[in-house]
Amino acid sequence: MNVLVFVGIHTLLAIALNLLLGYAGQISLGHAAFFGLGAYSSGILTATYSWNPWLAMLVTASVVASVAFVIGFPILKLKGHYLAMATLGLGIIVYILFNEWVDVTGGPSGFSGIPNLQIGSLIFDTDFKNYYLIWIFVLGCVLLSVNLANSRIGRAFRAIHDAETAARVMGVNARLLKVQVFALSAMICSIAGSLYAHVMTFIAPPSFGFNISIELLTMVVIGGLGSIYGSFLGALLLTTLPEFLRFMNDYDIVFYGGLLMVMTIFMPGGLVRGIPQLFRKIRGSGKDKGNANA
Amino acid sequence: MPMLELNGITQIFGGVTALKDVSFSISEGDITGVIGPNGAGKTTLFNIVTGIYKQTNGKVIFEGKDISGLPAERLAALGMVRTFQNIELFGNMTVLENVMVGLHSRSRSGLFACSFKMPWAIREERTISEEALEWLRFVGIEELAKIEAGNLPFGRGRMLEIARAMACKPRLILMDEPAAGLNSKETLGLAELIRKIRDLGVTVVLVEHDMELVMDICDRIVVLNLGEKLTEGTPREIQENPEVIAAYLGDDE
Amino acid sequence: MELSEQLLQYLLSGLSTGAIYALIGIGFSIIYNSTGIINFAQGEFVMLGGMLTLFLLETLELPLWAAIPLAVLLATITGLLFERLAIRPLRKATPISLVIITIGGSILIRGLAMLIWDKDTHAIPSFSGDEPIMLGGATVLPQHIWIIVITIILISLNKWFFNHTISGKAMRACSYNPRAAGLVGVDVRKMVLLSFMISSAMGSLAGIIVAPLTMTSYDVGIMLGLKGFCAAIIGGMSSGIPTVIGGLILGILESLGAGLISSGYKDAIAFIILLLILFIRPQGLFGKPESERV
Repeated sequence: MNVLVFVGIHTLLAIALNLLLGYAGQISLGHAAFFGLGAYSSGILTATYSWNPWLAMLVTASVVASVAFVIGFPILKLKGHYLAMATLGLGIIVYILFNEWVDVTGGPSGFSGIPNLQIGSLIFDTDFKNYYLIWIFVLGCVLLSVNLANSRIGRAFRAIHDAETAARVMGVNARLLKVQVFALSAMICSIAGSLYAHVMTFIAPPSFGFNISIELLTMVVIGGLGSIYGSFLGALLLTTLPEFLRFMNDYDIVFYGGLLMVMTIFMPGGLVRGIPQLFRKIRGSGKDKGNANA
Repeated sequence: MPMLELNGITQIFGGVTALKDVSFSISEGDITGVIGPNGAGKTTLFNIVTGIYKQTNGKVIFEGKDISGLPAERLAALGMVRTFQNIELFGNMTVLENVMVGLHSRSRSGLFACSFKMPWAIREERTISEEALEWLRFVGIEELAKIEAGNLPFGRGRMLEIARAMACKPRLILMDEPAAGLNSKETLGLAELIRKIRDLGVTVVLVEHDMELVMDICDRIVVLNLGEKLTEGTPREIQENPEVIAAYLGDDE
Repeated sequence: MELSEQLLQYLLSGLSTGAIYALIGIGFSIIYNSTGIINFAQGEFVMLGGMLTLFLLETLELPLWAAIPLAVLLATITGLLFERLAIRPLRKATPISLVIITIGGSILIRGLAMLIWDKDTHAIPSFSGDEPIMLGGATVLPQHIWIIVITIILISLNKWFFNHTISGKAMRACSYNPRAAGLVGVDVRKMVLLSFMISSAMGSLAGIIVAPLTMTSYDVGIMLGLKGFCAAIIGGMSSGIPTVIGGLILGILESLGAGLISSGYKDAIAFIILLLILFIRPQGLFGKPESERV
């Protein structure tokens, strides 16, 4: 049950990154930062300042989205490798902040005493209850993202991805849309972070470091860039896999690295496109046009 | 008032003068050809007019409005759109979706309305897809609507690009070498299509190497050479102009 | 100690770490200029330099003078394999897929290093003892001198290679215009391979000479790699003097920041500089928008 809660949170994060990377074609190697900002802000507001958790989540999400919107303008001017490095740098700066701002965040030893979420007298304090809580959020997020992906805005994202200049000539305001999807993506991560904080009641910097950003990237790539269901698949696989890879201890990192490389070379469309393609190849029907745009 | 007016356009790329003081104007309803040997600056000129480059000097005036320096994305809404020399399609999207992007500047639903599928967003989406299909019919590739654009043969891709541009409902369309890469039958179809577009009341400007096509369909022709305007006139005048002939022969075109 | 002496001390230690960043940064630039790829695995070669030397010294009990060239050789072979197995098979190479695959490679190399050796931090003996040398009120370790001297030699060799050898000139040609270089008979793929080998050799040597000062472990590559990249960005992705200056600026600022502000935030300095440069002067501190590369 516990694992399914994490699958849910990871699905939220993977969808967030996928909207940015898979649809709009803009990479981020620092998304764990927004996840962490959500978690720490919710944690601090509720534990230190006794805010209502729901209010804290809402305020946090809006602030994180606004911050992402503002830094989005200079950062998304960059393309490709430069964008990757800049977002990576951003992620590391935020991570250092979590570690070093000890008075507020508790530093490397973590931040504890975060209350559970509560609706009336219903307190989300067991895995079972949290499972429902998280998955309601996930379902909502999937639904809204699929809607968005199949709308004029989603089309504009994909157009920017495929041919930015042509998209601009068609009247797509590429710069603004990129910043918007960046902010939206950051907001979803922030909400996932708030949920994570209230579920765990204890948070520490390593949950929001560079490795987590890379893990998210791996989920999105393995599931399938530009596929919301792929994000779920990737999150499911990468969250449950370590349970089966327990015997590998810390060495599962080798496995991730290898997986990322093998997938990029042999299945660049991810599992959602790769598996059907594989089936078709085995059946030998020769048609291999995977269309998984949802 | 001319549809489009270029006023002393100069473009310098790191010391190299690509365009020097180019001025001409284009009247509404005309098909105008911009020709010239390779390196004459035709594509640069296009990129300046359509907001992709920012010129070093000079003004672009569209329907009486100074649009110099306006970014490309603003121009579609003003009624100006272009196609590209090496067709720039959204390769991972279907043919229909490509044209639907063309309707982007004429639709309104925002992030919120789209995510929550508000009734007006659904209505708008339906209109968009119906109108996009109309435009596919207009260029004669509606049967390919569901195919991924990246898999289209080149000639069809060209048609799709024109359909996508027309979906913006432009009053001025600029085509960068629309006949490049087309076979002679496809070129004939293209000439037909360009006339059809003009008959809808859209002003057409094309950069083109295919002289037969240019002489056949253009009302007026502007000749560029080495970044400067050499001359302009009707196809007949251009054909008889010794300077033009010299420029082409001298440049081994 | 007086402030002026303290400053001198920071300056001197900043210079030697800066030299390391410069070497790593040049490695980034060489690959970037010949392929347009930012090799996210660059830092792992730095790590390999240190770890391989340690392995050769302690496990195989080779003398230092034999261990160092052998470690560089092994790291270079890894660089060669990396290009062959990860970069070349990528047919539809978009910037994003290149970022992902080099990240995958970097995780894989790091994971394998952890698998082969361990997760501990190790010390490598200094090249010539640890007797401090007094220098105008500041103390300098012999290893600092080694670092500076080796860096100067490497940079001069590098310059000589690009200006005076056929291969070097061919690589420069590739960086200006790979297609034209190919047309006049330069084997572009071979140059790409060569660039990966040179930069892994330089990276590993940087890792070796710094290891006696900073210790080494399987995961030192991340930070060193990123800071090397930062140096390259300051230098406008030049593989010459501007990147060296970039590295020195970064090293000195870090050392001053650590000494005068807080050592915890030291690592953040590099990334703040990175972001500032990317936002304000993406062509580097010294570059004109169209600057000379290589």
